[in-house]
Amino acid sequence: MAFAWLPGALGDIAHGAVTTILLIAVTTLAGTLLSILGAAGRRNGPVLLKRAIGWYVEVMRNTPFLVQLFFIFFGLPSLGIRLDPLLAAMLAMTLNMAAYTIEIVGAGLDAVPGGQTEAALALGLRPRQVFIKIVLPQALKIIYPALTSQIVIMMLESAVVSQIAVRELTYEADMLQARTFRSFETYFVVTLVYLALSMALRRLLVTGGRRALGAGVS
Amino acid sequence: MIEFTFWDIVRNLLLAARWTVLLSLAAFVGGGIVGMVVLFFRIAKNKWSRRIASGYIALFQGTPLLMQLFLMFFGLPMLGLRIEPWTAAVLGLTFFASAYLAEIWRSGVDALPRGQWDAGASLGLHYLQELRLIILPQAFSITRAPTVGFLVQLIKSTALTSIIGFEELVRTSNAINNATFEPFKVYGLVALIFFLMCFPLTQYARSLERRAAAR
Repeated sequence: MAFAWLPGALGDIAHGAVTTILLIAVTTLAGTLLSILGAAGRRNGPVLLKRAIGWYVEVMRNTPFLVQLFFIFFGLPSLGIRLDPLLAAMLAMTLNMAAYTIEIVGAGLDAVPGGQTEAALALGLRPRQVFIKIVLPQALKIIYPALTSQIVIMMLESAVVSQIAVRELTYEADMLQARTFRSFETYFVVTLVYLALSMALRRLLVTGGRRALGAGVS
Repeated sequence: MIEFTFWDIVRNLLLAARWTVLLSLAAFVGGGIVGMVVLFFRIAKNKWSRRIASGYIALFQGTPLLMQLFLMFFGLPMLGLRIEPWTAAVLGLTFFASAYLAEIWRSGVDALPRGQWDAGASLGLHYLQELRLIILPQAFSITRAPTVGFLVQLIKSTALTSIIGFEELVRTSNAINNATFEPFKVYGLVALIFFLMCFPLTQYARSLERRAAAR
């Protein structure tokens, strides 16, 4: 084991970590939004939409993320949709995460008692207001822990996007080990960085959620 | 240049899928065995043994599987072991699976009422007999759905071993794609094959869940 290369590599590692953080931040926001729309559509949309969302969830949950990524990055250009690696990675991660979080958000929506909706309607709120102001906040509070774990899982999954040359943490590790010939040490250090990132992300989500959604969020 | 017909592509992909199936099974069985050991540490009475097992589980659940595979692939040769992609893939996935399975089964053990242990002890059973005859059979039975669900995750995870050079479905599809330049078709077929392997298991897990909820 030799770590003499490490001081000179810190810049690259930090740069990669920032890209990984950017990826997961975009995925979290876009994925959560998409899954709220998906879960709502699956409950209240027209039959065809319901069925389409159901199949979307099944297909994404039963195929590997790596294959979805390759399909989007290499396959879509033959339909005329060409994406640069970073955009393709964000799209693949968002679509993948949404498939899992549609189910999670849906479970939350189902868990809010029907009386809440009835009471809000009786107070004269419009259906959209009822959903956004009454049902959704309660649902998000219920499912917040599950959402948190899914976000952390997605962050760890993001290591795979190095395969389409997105310059995130794993990509930087690949480049470093090719330069230093210290494969094990390089991946060892980067694994520790991932471990720190996932612990920090979990802590951040728990404290952030407690502040935004009120007490009782674990 | 070699010409690939549609059926050539399908046939080659199906041949490669055998390795995906074999790897999934090997990792599931290996992960089950190692996971049992981790479970024993995780539910032991000794505080330190529980802590070590929790640390082991947190380590594997808090780092990317791809990194675990890389460390296996590049780390074992440093210990003087000659290693091929297959060995690294099986060992890497085995340890990965053991952490998740141990945690799933631990939740089953925790879900059992305290009285089960007390009843076992009052019948004069010692610790290992209690585990073997009373606790573990019930814990396994109530966690059957998440265990099958994890198998689906494991099958999907085998795709990552293509990156360390193991010739399974995804690596073969990369090679075919490089020869045919038809990524839409090739990766579409790969996704379909994975779907056909995973979807029945997902449905099975769901039916187990429904049955457990009805009870």
